Amino acid sequence: MTFPNFSFSWEQRRKLTGMLFVAPTVLFVAIFFIIPLAMTLFMSFHDWPLIGEQAWIGTSNYTELAKDRQYLKSLDFTFRYTLLVTPPIFILGFILASLVRHNIRFIGVFRTIFFLPVVIGLGVSSLLWVWMLDQRVGIFNKILLDLHLIQKPQLFLAKPTTAMNVIILSVVWKTVGFTMILLLAGLQSIPDELYESADVDGAGYFRKLFYITLPLMRRTIALALILSVIGSVLAFDQFYIITRGGPRNSTISIVYWIFNNSFTYWKMGYGAAISIVLLGILVTLSSIQYYVLRERY
Amino acid sequence: MTATPLRDQATGFGGLTQQQRRLIRRRALLYLKYFVLTVLAILFLFPIVWSLLNSLKRPSEALAVPPTYLPTEIVFENYTQLTAFGNYGVVGHVENSAIVALITVAGSLVLSTLGGYGFARFNFPGKNVLFITVLSTLMIPFQSILIPLFVMLVRFELNDTLIGLALVYITFQLPFGIFLMRNSFLAVPQEIEEAALLDGCSSLSLLYRMMLRLVLPGIVTVAIYAFINSWNEFLAALIFMSNQDKFTLPVFLTLVRSGIYGTVDWGALQAGVIVAIFPCLVVFLLLQRYYINGLIGGAVNN
Repeated sequence: MTFPNFSFSWEQRRKLTGMLFVAPTVLFVAIFFIIPLAMTLFMSFHDWPLIGEQAWIGTSNYTELAKDRQYLKSLDFTFRYTLLVTPPIFILGFILASLVRHNIRFIGVFRTIFFLPVVIGLGVSSLLWVWMLDQRVGIFNKILLDLHLIQKPQLFLAKPTTAMNVIILSVVWKTVGFTMILLLAGLQSIPDELYESADVDGAGYFRKLFYITLPLMRRTIALALILSVIGSVLAFDQFYIITRGGPRNSTISIVYWIFNNSFTYWKMGYGAAISIVLLGILVTLSSIQYYVLRERY
Repeated sequence: MTATPLRDQATGFGGLTQQQRRLIRRRALLYLKYFVLTVLAILFLFPIVWSLLNSLKRPSEALAVPPTYLPTEIVFENYTQLTAFGNYGVVGHVENSAIVALITVAGSLVLSTLGGYGFARFNFPGKNVLFITVLSTLMIPFQSILIPLFVMLVRFELNDTLIGLALVYITFQLPFGIFLMRNSFLAVPQEIEEAALLDGCSSLSLLYRMMLRLVLPGIVTVAIYAFINSWNEFLAALIFMSNQDKFTLPVFLTLVRSGIYGTVDWGALQAGVIVAIFPCLVVFLLLQRYYINGLIGGAVNN
């Protein structure tokens, strides 16, 4: 107010100030989000190499998708991976949340330990796991050999099924703490009195679980499941680092296939078309999330 | 149930009332719980501890087949070896990651604070639409807009620059940051500001002099997320940087892993993993409360 401007009223100046405050954010979101979003759609109708002319090719990229066997394989793989990784994350997350639910002594330490892997990057944790899984220097083979559970070192990453299993193991370790914290917040919002009166009625653990805990946590459970599903559909780092898409291209996720097309083969128009498909899947998932979560109101 | 005491005497539980037995049962369950928790905690810590132990082995021991369980002697040679990889070693890449993280933290803080304040305290046409637009970007995965982002960065000659990567990271942080800071400002009683405004304080100096202190928890939370997310991000960093000297730490480590500098040096790789994990663990352990509150607030409320 060092330079009072009398041509504006107080309200007008407040409006202007407010706009100025949000302007940088709006500018960033517009430049680095809205425009790229529109461009993804635009590019998907083009033949768009890194160097050279872009050419409008209509829906050719999309019709090509139907013929792209690796694309279909990647879609299938991503969904299979999502279906396989979500239950263990959720179940272990729920068990952990139940274990650390009450404020008994040292419980904070345990909560922290279970959560620690969440703050490690997925890329870095994948580098850690690929080494633990190595057939020569890896600790898993060493332990299994010493326990006489296997006779010779295993190539965990050489077979599609074992590769999938060990990746799931690594991802569960890395992400289960997140689900645990969400479910813990949900558990702790259930009033203790409900359990006390159930105790008086002589209800056992499972009755309380199915009649009190799970119904009252519906929203939290839906949220934890959907966030975990979304994360799995977008998986890339673990397959790029641990299996490098192998064995025999069996672990190329949908984001991986976008990456390969756009930044290895430089077919960026085609990559954009797959991105649009991915976008459709994610918007659908988010809509389901929105629908399920608003239901209670 | 009247027969219970008799049966108890027969099975050797004589002399204990029902209450005492319940107490014993509860105790036993508690010990069992601690036992299970401890086993799980060891399993969860194992990969990190194992990586740390190996990074401290002699380089030759770190490559031993089969591996040894514990280092025969503790040395830092793997760490010093890591400094010799690439054109300017791990230090340069830690520096890259740190610069990107720093710009991301600073940028996210400035934008989220200004924007959050604007959305919380001012009324202007189009406000709600803008706010919802910013938040709805959360629904769209950044993975699906990486191609045009890459094309744009190349066009503006920002690819292969740390600032270009940081600008993208800042944008990814904005929905969460704006959401959180708006809520923080809304929680501050409006009377405090009105008094200051009547005293002739400008909006910006009001924000700077008074409000920042009141929304400090929000600021800390936004900063932690901006730091951890940008430090850890892999895919965008992999795509936007083609000049190896500009690689952030995680991308650089994949080069070490793929043996581009000769045979895969597992000891050095684990040293790198520890270097990459360390800042996140420290930040998290020191500021855990803010991180968890941010997670719950951000996830449950949007």
